[in-house]
Amino acid sequence: MNFTLRIWRQVNANTKGNFETYTIENISSDTSFLEMLDILNDQLIRQGDEPVAVAKGCKGGDPVAFDHDCREGICGMCSLYINGRAHGPDDEVTTCQLHMRKFKDGDTITIEPWRSRGFPVIKDLVVDRSAFDKILQAGGFISVNTGGVPDANAIPIPKEKADESMDAAACVGCGACVATCKNGSAMLFVSARVSSLALLPQGKAEAARRAKAMVAKMDELGFGSCTNTQACEMECPKNISITHIARMNREFLLAKLKD
Amino acid sequence: MAAILNAKIPAGALDEKWTNHKSHIRVVSPANKRKLDIIVVGTGLGGASAAASLGELGYRVKVFCISDSPRRAHSIAAQGGINAAKNYQNDNDSVYRLFYDTIKGGDYRSREGNVYRLAEVSNLIIDQCVAQGVPFARDYGGLLDNRSFGGAQVSRTFYARGQTGQQLLLGAYAALNRAIAKKQVTAFPRHEMLDLVLIDGEAKGIIARNLVTGEIERHSAHAVVLASGGYGNVFFLSTNAMNSNGSAAWRSYKKGAFFANPCFAQIHPTCIPVHGEQQSKLTLMSESLRNDGRIWVPKKQEDVEKLRRKAIKASQIPEDDRDYYLERRYPAFGNLVPRDVASRAAKERCDAGFGVNETGLAVFLDFSTAIQRLGKTVIEQRYGNLFQMYEKITDVNPYEEPMMIYPAIHYTMGGLWVDYNLMTTVPGLYAIGEANFSDHGGNRLGASALMQGLADGYFILPYTIGDYLADKIQEKKADTAHPAFEEAERAVCDKMNKLLAIKGSQTVDYYHKQLGRIMWEYVGMARHEAGLKKAIDEIRTLRKAFWENVYVPGEPGEFNQELEKAARVADFFELGELMALDALNRVESCGGHFREEMQTDDGETKRDDQQYMYVAAWQYRGADAEPSLHKETLNYEFVKPSTRNYKD
Repeated sequence: MNFTLRIWRQVNANTKGNFETYTIENISSDTSFLEMLDILNDQLIRQGDEPVAVAKGCKGGDPVAFDHDCREGICGMCSLYINGRAHGPDDEVTTCQLHMRKFKDGDTITIEPWRSRGFPVIKDLVVDRSAFDKILQAGGFISVNTGGVPDANAIPIPKEKADESMDAAACVGCGACVATCKNGSAMLFVSARVSSLALLPQGKAEAARRAKAMVAKMDELGFGSCTNTQACEMECPKNISITHIARMNREFLLAKLKD
Repeated sequence: MAAILNAKIPAGALDEKWTNHKSHIRVVSPANKRKLDIIVVGTGLGGASAAASLGELGYRVKVFCISDSPRRAHSIAAQGGINAAKNYQNDNDSVYRLFYDTIKGGDYRSREGNVYRLAEVSNLIIDQCVAQGVPFARDYGGLLDNRSFGGAQVSRTFYARGQTGQQLLLGAYAALNRAIAKKQVTAFPRHEMLDLVLIDGEAKGIIARNLVTGEIERHSAHAVVLASGGYGNVFFLSTNAMNSNGSAAWRSYKKGAFFANPCFAQIHPTCIPVHGEQQSKLTLMSESLRNDGRIWVPKKQEDVEKLRRKAIKASQIPEDDRDYYLERRYPAFGNLVPRDVASRAAKERCDAGFGVNETGLAVFLDFSTAIQRLGKTVIEQRYGNLFQMYEKITDVNPYEEPMMIYPAIHYTMGGLWVDYNLMTTVPGLYAIGEANFSDHGGNRLGASALMQGLADGYFILPYTIGDYLADKIQEKKADTAHPAFEEAERAVCDKMNKLLAIKGSQTVDYYHKQLGRIMWEYVGMARHEAGLKKAIDEIRTLRKAFWENVYVPGEPGEFNQELEKAARVADFFELGELMALDALNRVESCGGHFREEMQTDDGETKRDDQQYMYVAAWQYRGADAEPSLHKETLNYEFVKPSTRNYKD
């Protein structure tokens, strides 16, 4: 398969970026999207922007920087806005699980970084998502130290609750929800954590305080507010439901009422 | 040599060693902990749990990770589960049985004392994780559920769907976040350790590179903990994440930490087969699938031919024409034999010409029997995300047609040599989790990596490190202006500049793939003397070519992913050579290390306890010198090593 790629290039956070166009040929349909970018980078390093390599060695074009790691859809490191959709045209996958068979031969593919005030660009397609860590540091935990905890079976948890908690805990922290939201809201991400812990007896004690602290931090870091467009749920690679946003709002309101 | 390697295993009864040891090692008072700095490198299960626990205790902790967030560490990808000797299923499990299974699974090449301790603390881990809000699978009564894993005849594996590693890591990461919020720990994401700094022979800090700006930084401490994972990526294609690397451990080796059993690498039997030249990594299908999946190839060569031509589908081959070779060869354990055994059996069938895909390197993992017995819904609940993952990659629906799988490099049992306190041969330098060698011998059992990472990080290191630091309470943190820091920083910069200056004609990946091919061919599932010698020659030639002809674009002082890769691959050449050397030295077959010269008539491993009942610990002697081999003899006081038997 052959493709035309329009890729966002940006040297660093302080410079303006622009789209560059590249062509790539003979890609197998079984190739993953990120492997396709590997091949492009190999081509760029060898050939630079010109078709023929110079006599001694590679021409040394600047490869496209992109985040990736596990390449099996669980680490949440990969991102990319592909043809106007977070993680590309397939549903319930991260970009690393997207394969070229989802595109048509000859397609032009536009590749952008996550675009959101909360995620400044570091280079090309790499963005800074440290805001997510900061939100979780504000309260995304249960306050227990190592050791001195009760036996794991001391508190039975109804299977339905545990399952629902697990549904929310499946979030990989990739940021697709923020990138997709027209307001740049992090509500789906934040609510998934709040909800996952609030559903468990262990997390109940701090539920109200947790919701309040995390929402406050999210607002402080410049993420937008939720206007219920549900776009985040549509693009979440892990199918996290917006019902968690409703649950978080409940926790949040309860906390505010108590104030 | 015994004088050099003192494992410090406490004397006494097996079940009293750890209790006695804990009681007698020194502790540091809360007031003094505040004066002591610890660097933790890596934020997987080992690093995150250690950093959080040490921070809670009151030490001043700095934690480094190469990803943008501690949560990305590759522990997150562990699917199936974590073992613990809770005996919640009333199936006669016990600490002793978990210990015994692990020792036996490791083919009697691990230490009794360490492994018993691991089994002992396993139960605490489950308690800790539940308290943190890890949503483990539960029964309708609300109590924890278990599944079975390879090498065990009891159900002791706790799980959170097919994402157990993710949930455990999010638990440890949450504990870490809490410690960061309380200013007990400072995190340095997108930072890579490039060298260890020694002052008077003791670990006093690291040189790190800020991967965003390219700046080189000096960090000093009273102790350094490596939790930097394994080195499976030396093979290029593995189930490891793309950024997983062996460099932190390798550079520490070059600073004097011994490297133990480097040849012990685990090949996981159930990975999605290689599809082409451009493939960047291999995807694991969890061992838990072997609870319900049955592994087979056709009995008849003609069916194999038809499958390869795509003239028939697997589901069309009648039951009687299928060879469920694990059930046939190992009736007692069947599809749940340990990983090394299952991998070799797959290779044996494929070598005999029964591989079921175009490349001849694949076998079936079939769920049709289980779907008939339990219904599709149950199978979907148990493995839904794995089935989805498989379908996304291969475009084949595993509810209808069996999965195709083949072995791939997954985990490295070898690593930095550590004593019972998890300290390397460099005073003040610790190694935990996959980065050390200590608990899995020649083969790791499934669901035990998570157990070991968290055991080390939550419950062992936070105790044992005090014994060393108790001596340091009067000592000021090392000055980063010390010549040792200066020298280490200069060496790091020189090396980067050298890589950037080559401007040759091949990319880093090109050389990495070549190295991977050599490793897989000669230092992979089956090894022999001539092949290993050839591997060493070829690796040396390739390494030379790399240093003459690689092209690394860009500058050192910027975000430069190619430069990161180049430095790691440069280390992989050296590490790969040491793996081959170690494999050459060990003329026996044990665990994941299969020497073709050493096998029984029916193709099983032949151990040589007379000559090789030892840990091979290698000491660096300089760039052009052969490393020295030190032997730590393994004394089996409590278990009598026997031939591993999974047949009856």
